[in-house]
Amino acid sequence: MWYYEKKLEYPVKVSTCNPTLAKYLIEQYGGADGELSAALRYLNQRYSIPDKVIGLLTDIGTEEFAHLEMIATMVYKLTKDATPEMMKEAGLAPHYANHDNALFYHNAAGNPWTATYIQAKGDPIADLYEDIAAEEKARATYQWIINLSDDSDLNDGLKFLREREVVHSQRFREAVEILKEEKDKQIYF
Amino acid sequence: MHTEYKYWYPYISPLDPCPPIKVKSYNTPPNLYLGFQPPSLPQFQPREALFHGTLWPALFSPYPNGREDEVTNE
Repeated sequence: MWYYEKKLEYPVKVSTCNPTLAKYLIEQYGGADGELSAALRYLNQRYSIPDKVIGLLTDIGTEEFAHLEMIATMVYKLTKDATPEMMKEAGLAPHYANHDNALFYHNAAGNPWTATYIQAKGDPIADLYEDIAAEEKARATYQWIINLSDDSDLNDGLKFLREREVVHSQRFREAVEILKEEKDKQIYF
Repeated sequence: MHTEYKYWYPYISPLDPCPPIKVKSYNTPPNLYLGFQPPSLPQFQPREALFHGTLWPALFSPYPNGREDEVTNE
């Protein structure tokens, strides 16, 4: 079970009403390498993975939901008071037609989130390598969004999220090292 | 100490329609090099740790400006 803390992992500040940026950011919300994919992937894989790394998947999967909430806050703030006209100018008319200014789990191109974005192979090495790849892809996505954004307050939050991808990748790499360890081998010094 | 960016020089064709970007770069954050994190690494103060997104300077990866100066496309 989870306890909920009614605050964000890192403060989110948005200084411009910029629906165009929201259009790109939604990639990290409902995209293939977004936070929803990450959270669901890790929290699902942990049942069939060696005990030693279950806790890691639980912790990181949980943190991904905290990131999802930050992205949601950013998207919400970027579009909150945007008029239908502004949504149209930002290329969000199809989104507006279907959802008004509500958030939805789709990627920057408007494709709805799908479980085919994630995998649970049951093989610990295959699963952890997928997780490492997912973290690096999410890091790259954050870089490209930062490059597109000129909102320095928003970028501050995005840089935090990017750094967390680096740390998570590091931990998954360590998990692989744990599983690679030759437990029964005599160690000579 | 590793560098945060690596650079490469793509082939430039005389028929390329756009002005060429002579040097391309990609990001190589510290997690690629650290291996299993050694114990007792120096830590940030809690407030700085929050701003950096990590407890350990060894895992901090600045973006867009890495420790190496970004090569400009001149």
